[in-house]
Amino acid sequence: MARALINVPAKAKRGEVITIKTLISHVMETGFRHTTMGVRIPRDIIDTFVCTYNGEEIFRATLHSAIAANPFITFHTVATESGTLTFTWSGDSQFSQTETANIVVE
Amino acid sequence: MKAARGTQRLALGVLLAALATLCSAAEIPLSERRSGYADLGRETKAMQDDDTANPGMLSVLEGEELWKTKSGTEVKACADCHGDARASMKGVAARYPAFDASRGRPVNLEQRINICQAERQQAKPSAYESKELLALTAFVAMQSRGEPIAPPDDARLTPFREAGRQLFFRRQGQLNLGCNQCHDDNWSKRLAGNLIPQAHPTGYPIYRLEWQSIGSLQRRLRNCMTGLRAQPYEFGAPENVDMELYLMWRARGLPVETPAVRP
Ligand code: HEC
Ligand code: HEC
Repeated sequence: MARALINVPAKAKRGEVITIKTLISHVMETGFRHTTMGVRIPRDIIDTFVCTYNGEEIFRATLHSAIAANPFITFHTVATESGTLTFTWSGDSQFSQTETANIVVE
Repeated sequence: MKAARGTQRLALGVLLAALATLCSAAEIPLSERRSGYADLGRETKAMQDDDTANPGMLSVLEGEELWKTKSGTEVKACADCHGDARASMKGVAARYPAFDASRGRPVNLEQRINICQAERQQAKPSAYESKELLALTAFVAMQSRGEPIAPPDDARLTPFREAGRQLFFRRQGQLNLGCNQCHDDNWSKRLAGNLIPQAHPTGYPIYRLEWQSIGSLQRRLRNCMTGLRAQPYEFGAPENVDMELYLMWRARGLPVETPAVRP
């Protein structure tokens, strides 16, 4: 299973804008490269990233070939209530990984 | 036989000492030495500084898991013998390569880990540049982050360090350049788009953006040798370890940054 690093503040004030950072290990093979023998290396990328906040989708990204290996995605949201942020990356060869992080909103 | 080799070594030592005095004029004064970090762009510095943005940390995390994984016919994990790495491995990377008495020569950190895998765990040693070995090395080396590079004061290392120094100053490859001509004489100038760093091995294994992966110091050395259109030494070759030894001595006192990010 691929490794992921997630940075969500453990605590925030209601209404505060928070920064979320995610990093996942993935080769992001473009599909355009060939081996020294001329054989095409099949595409193997993450194509979708989704973040939900207590079940509601707050961020989505579509990724393409030529995004660097180990994609780093950072974005902002408003801390509305305590709960769970869920992050899902999915892509070629049935790749799918889900991670969660909790936040306390006061 | 042993005595003969000793005399040979001594003769070589004297010759090298003479050479070293000739060359030392070109060496970077201690006060002007700086890590390749100083040459990074703002974004790359930010990437290295933030453990949740530094892709080298993915490898460190993997290494932390491997540290606790039982392996080999001894069915032992690194942690079973070494306990908490934060205590037992602190400062270790700052003093490698170190002399290995049973091999009669210095070994680098990767080789040291391999020796534990083969001899202590009775497991298959990991291949050079394998994800596994890089992960363990990154995890072990990170325990020295912030510690000054402190090559051991061990006279047995001297001839090997001198051999490494000689390799550093030797002109080689179709370009007929010595490492010193770029890294001592022209650091902070540009080679096409790249800033020439002083070549201090402060952050290995590094996450190199060009590689899109983590890699060892020897991979970096092989890159520079290929750049000179010289035949690079194999991973684990004595010449590479000797060069590591010299480079660590040259960087003495600079803090360890593992896992560093480099362009
Ligand atoms: C069965 C016990 C045992 C296991 C398992 C073991 N080691 Fe060791 N290790 C030792 C001993 C004993 C030494 C002391 C030096 C020697 O072997 O001469 C050592 C030395 C080391 C050193 C050098 C420390 C220094 O201060 O120079 C490193 C690094 C190291 N081990 C890493 C590892 C890693 C990584 C693993 C797991 C892959 C591991 N070891 C597994 C027993 C073990
Ligand atoms: C023609 C100039 C040139 C020569 C000669 C050269 N290098 Fe380099 N070296 C570079 C450049 C440029 C970089 C930085 C690469 C980059 O930014 O992409 C570099 C990077 C390095 C680094 C990485 C430093 C860090 O911060 O991680 C090391 C170590 C190194 N070189 C060692 C050597 C050794 C050893 C030799 C001799 C075998 C050598 N170099 C020969 C130009 C050179």
